Amino acid sequence: MSAGQEPVAPLPPLGGLGFARWAWRQLTSMKTALILLFLLAIASIPGSILPQQGNDPLKVKEWIAGSPSIGRLLQSLGFFDVFAAPWFAAVYLLLFISLIGCVIPRARQHWRAMLAPPPSAPRNLDRLGGTVTLDVNAAPAEVLAGATEYLRRHRWRVVSGPAGTTHGAQWVAAEKGYLRETGNLVFHVALLLILASVAVGGLFGWKGNVIVKEGGGFANTVTQYDAWGGGRLVDSESLTPFSFTLDSFDVDFEREGSQRGAPKYFEAKVTYRDDPAASQQQSVIEVNAPLEVDRAKVFLVGHGYAPHFVVKDARGTVVFNDAVVFLPQDGNFTSTGVVKIPDSEPQLGLRGLFLPTASIDKIKGGQSVFPGPDNPAVFLSAWTGDLGLDTGMPQSVYRLDSESMTQIGLGTLRPGQIWDWQDGSGSVMFTGFDRWASFQIAYDPGKEGALISSILAITGLMLSLFVRRRRIWVKVLDPAGATTVVQVAGLTRSSSLDDIDLGALTDDIDALVREISRAEATPKEHS
Amino acid sequence: MTTAALAQASNAAIYAAMITLTFAMVAFAVSFAAGRRRVTAVAASVGVREGEGSVAVLTRPSDPGEQPEAGRRSANIAMSLTWLSFALLLAGVVMRGLWAGRVPWGNMYEFSISAALATLAVFLFLSLRTDVRWLGLFIVIPVLLTLGMAVTVLYTEAAQLVPALKSYWLVIHVSAAVICSGAFTIAAAAAGMGLLKGGLERRAVARTGSSDGVLARVPSVERLESFTNRVVAFSFPLWTFAVVAGAIWAENAWGRYWGWDPKETWAFITWVIFAAYLHARSTNGWRGSKASWIAIIGWLAFLINYFGVNFFVNSLHSYAGVS
Ligand code: HEM
Repeated sequence: MSAGQEPVAPLPPLGGLGFARWAWRQLTSMKTALILLFLLAIASIPGSILPQQGNDPLKVKEWIAGSPSIGRLLQSLGFFDVFAAPWFAAVYLLLFISLIGCVIPRARQHWRAMLAPPPSAPRNLDRLGGTVTLDVNAAPAEVLAGATEYLRRHRWRVVSGPAGTTHGAQWVAAEKGYLRETGNLVFHVALLLILASVAVGGLFGWKGNVIVKEGGGFANTVTQYDAWGGGRLVDSESLTPFSFTLDSFDVDFEREGSQRGAPKYFEAKVTYRDDPAASQQQSVIEVNAPLEVDRAKVFLVGHGYAPHFVVKDARGTVVFNDAVVFLPQDGNFTSTGVVKIPDSEPQLGLRGLFLPTASIDKIKGGQSVFPGPDNPAVFLSAWTGDLGLDTGMPQSVYRLDSESMTQIGLGTLRPGQIWDWQDGSGSVMFTGFDRWASFQIAYDPGKEGALISSILAITGLMLSLFVRRRRIWVKVLDPAGATTVVQVAGLTRSSSLDDIDLGALTDDIDALVREISRAEATPKEHS
Repeated sequence: MTTAALAQASNAAIYAAMITLTFAMVAFAVSFAAGRRRVTAVAASVGVREGEGSVAVLTRPSDPGEQPEAGRRSANIAMSLTWLSFALLLAGVVMRGLWAGRVPWGNMYEFSISAALATLAVFLFLSLRTDVRWLGLFIVIPVLLTLGMAVTVLYTEAAQLVPALKSYWLVIHVSAAVICSGAFTIAAAAAGMGLLKGGLERRAVARTGSSDGVLARVPSVERLESFTNRVVAFSFPLWTFAVVAGAIWAENAWGRYWGWDPKETWAFITWVIFAAYLHARSTNGWRGSKASWIAIIGWLAFLINYFGVNFFVNSLHSYAGVS
């Protein structure tokens, strides 16, 4: 491997082609690869310190609101989306271009090396470290034949020489460990394949989140998602047409010890079908156990409460009767949500705080002290007026815009209780609660490729790090002499200069020397 | 055994391991200090003589680290104590797992005692194949610090795993990562000693014209560097595997195999730095002290991932069990 030994041209030569060649040589040099690897590591750091758009868009907003001038500057430089930023892409693309420029010539060179016979013995074996000299009681041809046979048996590639001498062979050259370079090339190519697989997933994959209440259903179309994102080449009109209903959701929490309140398990029982024509099937989705439908995977990512309200207007007609998704605000599922009733006259709105295990604190107000529903209660504030739904501006279903509304009052309700509004405009009943589960549904056509490439990479890496490329020569010093004096020497070929390579070579030489020494058992036949 | 007794026995075993490790540390320190004297290197020759007329002489480089000398006794005592500490710690970790009724990798206390165990395991494993007593002091100290922090700051009662951690990929991913933590620590310790020895030698040569006696018990700088290389070469594929196993687990738990979560990002950074280390070992002008620095930086990145991300960053992986 000569990449490490390449001299670096001190100055770019003049002329377009000369410069291009010089630049290419710089880019594909080991030193550049090293520096680019460093840059890649450093460029990743801000992505772990600053909140990232992809993981936590809310945090990003908060951060920018906290220090607007720096925040906006960082945002325009892509620091809140580091792994999609052009400068990050520049680093890894340069690295991979360098990689390609490095791998192609090395692959060619390695191909030639694998076809070529091991190089003939150097004139002076003494110069190599650890050379062994023996005086053997056997004919030269016999010694060399024995050595050849032994080396072949141990899977060395062997040639003897020199070619065309009348005395027969004078030396044997052997080489082993070609898989080292093969493994190294496989590893580097596998890195390219991983990148390609990630790109395939990014272009053709999609991902969405949806909240489903117990008893509720979901069909896989973009409009049904609360949030959906797809790659540039996804046809969002023709997603795989599966559907499911959430039959029930079960969860249990730790009651004892320091991890009180931590979930012990949660599972969602669903009924699903692959497409509208298919038959129904049952399944249980758990954390770590997603449901796979038609190459997409449905993951359980969260859960919460959906308190059920029945609202009546002044005339006593039911204007609302449903469970409403409330979003948990802390580990004990203190949850907030709103009810909007645009069809009543005037319009009504409720802002609520749901507490699965309510505790009233004088300072903090209402708060839940345990995530399980041991003592459920809701705090409500009721509003009447204009919900502002007709302005055309999209509104969040979790926020009540009370700008043009007036407050009717505040109430606290336990399950089954009714709160009659004092102004006679109606009433609300808290009938109980359902649970909801949130699902992430993901389709990534690149992940199998990424997995296979990773396995290739690890295999190549292990070959490259653990196989030792080495050469051995056995040479008869004076073919016409009275006794047979043989020299054995070797060379390791790893550029990282690890003494374990030398150790392995020494063992090889020792074993071969022992084998040759054994040749004395047969009587010496000298001509 | 009742669970209360298991809990007590686990804690007792870990405290006992800390005591024997403290003695091991003292013994290593004594042997280290005793080694600080003049040592002359002797070339060892191995002769193979079989029957009449067949002579084989093989000259191999020898190393001062392998010389018999004063301090050897206390080094041997230290090694025995390290084996004993390893056995105690192993018992402590196993009983912790039995107490919790699962693999003992549910929170940072458990990760830390497992990492300490893995560090000792890798060190003792290496000691079976080559003489690494010179490294003992610098292994025992970080292990003791880790255990000390575990029993004071990080201690938590055993509890159920949070659902995201309930997966056999946890066992695979974490066991690989825990072994890597031990191996990276050892690589960084050897790299640090190489830098220290190299620096001291250069100063000694500048002052007295000779480098004898400087960290004499410690192998030559070249040996230290190649030892570091060997340990990194062992741990890098394992770390790659740990990262891939983590990605498979993440795909199963969260629906994406890679999401640049801070923990994943730092695993990637650690990986890239050790890849840079391996490159540096094959790049002219980078093979020596520069490569050693890279190994130390890689280990620091690993530590940042372990402590920094668990404590200070809001990550999907925040299951430290301390708050
Ligand atoms: C994506 C970035 C890269 C990564 C993560 C990477 C990683 C590695 C690793 C871990 C090794 C050590 C294992 C082995 O010896 O096979 C290695 C070796 C090597 N890499 Fe890379 N590499 C990258 C890019 C490159 C580039 C751009 C070049 C060419 C300039 C290159 C040239 C080499 C060479 C020549 C070796 C063999 C070193 C030896 O003989 O020991 N690599 N690489």
